[in-house]
Amino acid sequence: MSLMKNLINGTNFDASKLTALQKVTLRAVVMSFLFYGLAAIEGTLMRMALINPNIPPIKGSAEHFFSIMTVHPIVGIFGSTYQLVFAAFMFLIPYLTKKPLYSVGLANFVWINITVGTALAWIAAFVWHYAPLYTLYWPLPADTEQFKTIGGIVFIIGVALIMIGTLGFIYNIYATIFAKIGVHKNKTTKELLISAFGIDGLLNLINKLRGKPPYSKEPALSLPVVAIFRGTVDTFLDALVILGAGILVLVYLIADASGASWNVHAIDALLYKNFFWWGLDLVADGLVLIYVAGSWYLLATIITGQKLFMENVARAALLLELFVSWMVWSHHLLADQGQPEMMKLISGEMVTAFELLTQGLALFITLVTLWKARPLEMTMPLKYLLGGMLGFGLAVPAAIIQADMGMNRILHNTQWIIGAHVHIALLTGLYMTLYSVVYVLWPLVTNNTKLYSMKLANAHFWLHLIGSIGMGAFMGMAGLDGMLRRHFYMNGEFKTFMILAGICAIMMVTAWILFMINIIMSVGLKGLIGIFLPAEDDTATFGIEPQPSVVASIKRG
Amino acid sequence: MTFKTSVELLAFHNVAYTIYAMLIISVIAWFAYNLTRKEKAKSIVRIPFYGYIAFLVAGGVGHHIFTYNTIPWVSEDIMRHNIKPDKVFEIEIANHKFNLPGKMEIKKGQKVLFDAKSKDLVYGFGLFRQDGSMVSQMQVNPGSRNDLLWTFNECGEFDIRSTEYSGPEGNKMFVKKAVVVTGCNKGGKS
Repeated sequence: MSLMKNLINGTNFDASKLTALQKVTLRAVVMSFLFYGLAAIEGTLMRMALINPNIPPIKGSAEHFFSIMTVHPIVGIFGSTYQLVFAAFMFLIPYLTKKPLYSVGLANFVWINITVGTALAWIAAFVWHYAPLYTLYWPLPADTEQFKTIGGIVFIIGVALIMIGTLGFIYNIYATIFAKIGVHKNKTTKELLISAFGIDGLLNLINKLRGKPPYSKEPALSLPVVAIFRGTVDTFLDALVILGAGILVLVYLIADASGASWNVHAIDALLYKNFFWWGLDLVADGLVLIYVAGSWYLLATIITGQKLFMENVARAALLLELFVSWMVWSHHLLADQGQPEMMKLISGEMVTAFELLTQGLALFITLVTLWKARPLEMTMPLKYLLGGMLGFGLAVPAAIIQADMGMNRILHNTQWIIGAHVHIALLTGLYMTLYSVVYVLWPLVTNNTKLYSMKLANAHFWLHLIGSIGMGAFMGMAGLDGMLRRHFYMNGEFKTFMILAGICAIMMVTAWILFMINIIMSVGLKGLIGIFLPAEDDTATFGIEPQPSVVASIKRG
Repeated sequence: MTFKTSVELLAFHNVAYTIYAMLIISVIAWFAYNLTRKEKAKSIVRIPFYGYIAFLVAGGVGHHIFTYNTIPWVSEDIMRHNIKPDKVFEIEIANHKFNLPGKMEIKKGQKVLFDAKSKDLVYGFGLFRQDGSMVSQMQVNPGSRNDLLWTFNECGEFDIRSTEYSGPEGNKMFVKKAVVVTGCNKGGKS
């Protein structure tokens, strides 16, 4: 009876008491975790097919296998990660800047666009088996001999909607940060920009070395806001590049549908790869690393209640990452013999190696901030934060190892890359950091709703931690034995590693199910529906006097 | 110290990264344990901040210096335009099929240039041992140079597989025992 009561009503969650800001945050979070589950199931299906290719639903079909492989990162990265990050930041920016969100309507537009866009991309792969993979290597996405044109058009429209939603998020964030209201009423745009780029931190360091007073004792923007701003610069550039590539593919597909046959070789495949990877790498090396560093800093200060250790260094490091993240894309092209050697050496190897420095700094600053505040209680946010740092502690050096002309020759496109580096970075590093943020924000966005079960929360933590590291490690070991990442092995090759990786994948799906049970039993089905009903309270602030969004205030006059 | 083949390099890499992984897991576990304890933890090692930064820089840059000096194909790859190969094999790829110049027979120690051209999509050109492990590879882009200079320091028969996805059809791009390297001691591989 108690179970049923919890399932319907939750613990003490009341959706009708939520503000507009809380509701729009929770809507994106719900969609994010649903897409995460879909991505986890897709990943597990692929793992199962690599153990036994005839297992349903793939049943030895390469078309089906690669369709799943195409949408798996779209659903996982955009449908889930983007939504979760955007949700957290659309709540945190008003909270940290003590100003209202620019527009709640735009925030709703963002999650709806990303949700519909992800669904369309998924439908294109599911219905028409459109499978050029997320890399979209030219001219494969415009290859209408292998793929149906309609599938390609639907897929590209889906991706375009995701990017339009992303641009909406960026506009909302920048409009909120640079709004000259509240605490920033007397700030100039120049002052806010200097702070947003971390220049004030660098000037403070220089002045300290020269024995002068600090450039700015109280920076206009707090450090997590600076990190969010900086990461969002890369998110913006990445959205433009992916939109650009999408438009190119769409133009060719529409031309094909209208009966025209355009020469795909008019576009240079290697030049296209450079353009695409420059943009796509901003997600991995710009957006993820910077957003993550910012999240660690925020979490460390919230968990300890103390100031961040070496804050000026952290601000300056974010400025350094600005240049690093824009210049590292060639590490994806170390196996491309047409790529100039100098670009491989400078961009692919040397600048990429600086990520060891920027991420190592973020790790150091966060660990020392925590250490100085000990003894600390091992809460869920702290547990996940440590898990997240461990994830990047494993995945970043793995990346530096493979971003080397000698190692890349035998590691490129193997399971090492996608396992030991990508999946450990995303599932252990990024997701555990995001779960930490979720647990920190949970009482704020749900008005102190009691979590249904700490046992379930702990089971989720351990299953996810061991499952994600284990899966990445076994995939990596298979990669060292020569297993490729974009190949459907049909003859039981690398079976032992695949069975072990499959067990770990099942652990992660189980972890997700336990997490969802815990959340649903806490908010209840009624509460879950209530999140999607219109908010009665139009407050778009948190922690200060309630105010509606900037747009709502303007409309009211 | 020189790694003659990818097998030797990957074995070293496997051990080195496993040790590192165990180390970082232990450090975080030790940190988490001591973070909650009231008693002051004794530092196992005290690393000054600038020492840590120097370590990161040295690690990032030193890794490339190490591989340049220990992996023979790095300098060979960079300087391949100035090296005259002992043999050149022209390979054409189109419609998800390798068009090879017959069985490629090589003597151990010869420098061989694989010159691949794609007529349509992006493919990969990978050489694999009979146990599935990788010898070497490159991407094959249409419209640009795809030349892999390789010195075989091991004997055996090697398969060719496309190492890049080119659509579901590309999954079948596999040629068994396309390359044969001879010239080792009788019964030996090296």
